[in-house]
Amino acid sequence: MDVVANIVIPFIKSVIIVVGLLVGFAYTTWFERKVAARFTIRYGPNRAGPFGLLQPVADAVKAIFKEEIIPSTADKVLYVIAPGLSMATALLAFAVVPLGRPIHLFGREIALHLADVNVGVLYLMAVAGLASYGVILGGWSSNNKYSLLGALRTAAQMISYELPMGLALVSVLLLVGDLSLVKIVEYQGTLPLIVLQPVAFIVYLICSFAEAGRTPFDLPETENELVSGYATEYGGIKFPLFFMAEYIHMITASAIVTTLFLGGWQGPLTDLHPLIPPFWFFVKTVFMIFLFVWVRSSLPRVRYDKLMKFCWKFLAPLALVNLSVTAIVVALLA
Amino acid sequence: MVITEAINGLYQLLRGMGVTLRYLFVKPITVQYPEEEVRLHPRFRGRHELQQEDGLELCVGCGLCAAYCPTGCIYVEAGENTERERYSEGERYAKVYEINLSRCIFCGYCEEACPTGAIKLRHEFALSDYQRDDLVYTKERLLTPATPHVIVQSPEPAEGLED
Repeated sequence: MDVVANIVIPFIKSVIIVVGLLVGFAYTTWFERKVAARFTIRYGPNRAGPFGLLQPVADAVKAIFKEEIIPSTADKVLYVIAPGLSMATALLAFAVVPLGRPIHLFGREIALHLADVNVGVLYLMAVAGLASYGVILGGWSSNNKYSLLGALRTAAQMISYELPMGLALVSVLLLVGDLSLVKIVEYQGTLPLIVLQPVAFIVYLICSFAEAGRTPFDLPETENELVSGYATEYGGIKFPLFFMAEYIHMITASAIVTTLFLGGWQGPLTDLHPLIPPFWFFVKTVFMIFLFVWVRSSLPRVRYDKLMKFCWKFLAPLALVNLSVTAIVVALLA
Repeated sequence: MVITEAINGLYQLLRGMGVTLRYLFVKPITVQYPEEEVRLHPRFRGRHELQQEDGLELCVGCGLCAAYCPTGCIYVEAGENTERERYSEGERYAKVYEINLSRCIFCGYCEEACPTGAIKLRHEFALSDYQRDDLVYTKERLLTPATPHVIVQSPEPAEGLED
């Protein structure tokens, strides 16, 4: 067994992904605050460091020094585990996202993804399904009515939106004929899938918003009716952990939409330098994150019954119709 | 129909997002306070100032302001003017005049109650302090006009509503 290829390199890659996502999280909060501020004609954080770039550091230090309070009636084990679980599942999804062509380093060929799982898309769905656990357990173990209500809503919302999300993915799979994300990106060499599957793209995008718990589907939190939803009883460093999970979900969702529909690392001039594909990937992901922030600055939260109605009576049928049409076209062309 | 509704909904959605996108390129209206001066309106109600005229205080120590004050943050103790020691025009003057600014709500009723126009709410607003006791402003401090570090904006005031 090749120790370097099987243990050392994946380990280094994992560390890079985890550290990269944590730093990415910190600067996504900064980016969101800055952009959302400009949308509302403000400047946003600009005191800590140049352009407020040290603001995430200040926030982190503040959160770490806050008092840790565990409610006396809480289920202590689950209460402590929940934020970590929430974060871990957010981090996991990134493992199968390809960032570019293999690069040559120290005489070895290194693929720019942690794992090329041959059922990559299924893996994504599985991890997305796990993501609701952290939130539900957090809300339940807090032993607080607001937390529990937030958690219940989250459960219903995430499970409902997984259905149209899965259907949108199946339409993509029908075209590509492979579950591996690496293959899906390679398939989009000439034409990104957003052109071939605009309906699936829109459905998937909406479901990503719901899965990440972002406005207009931020019903897990709803600060005006549920205080802070599942995170109500969390303080100290555990509250930011939930935040981290939400933001990493947002980054991951952006990265996956990029991979599935926007052509991933594909783009002009990718042959010139091995670092150009990751650059395109980064640009597209940042644009998606910008879209998340843009939507948050523009749209109000949907009412709970409308959220469900929209999912079951509109998105799911739409995804089904799209799937049928795609299936027929693929069958006719085959 | 569902389809027209969906198309219309999408159109409205994009229109709304277009509106917000336009604001992304508008210059922010935030005032960077300590560095930039704040523009206040002429009738802004900030810290009280006791008025003086020709070296005499306008306050005659009647205590109407204290009686009118909804939070009871004004304390007035009157003293008699004598020929040798004269502080104000009338018979009496305010020997002690204190305003507890930690209680004051800056409603301006004292200004309205004052028969001599001695107390005015002016534009000083940076009033935070380290000691609570320092927030009880004595007569000496109230007599000192605030060093204005604000720009008083004078947009054409409405008829009869001058400062």
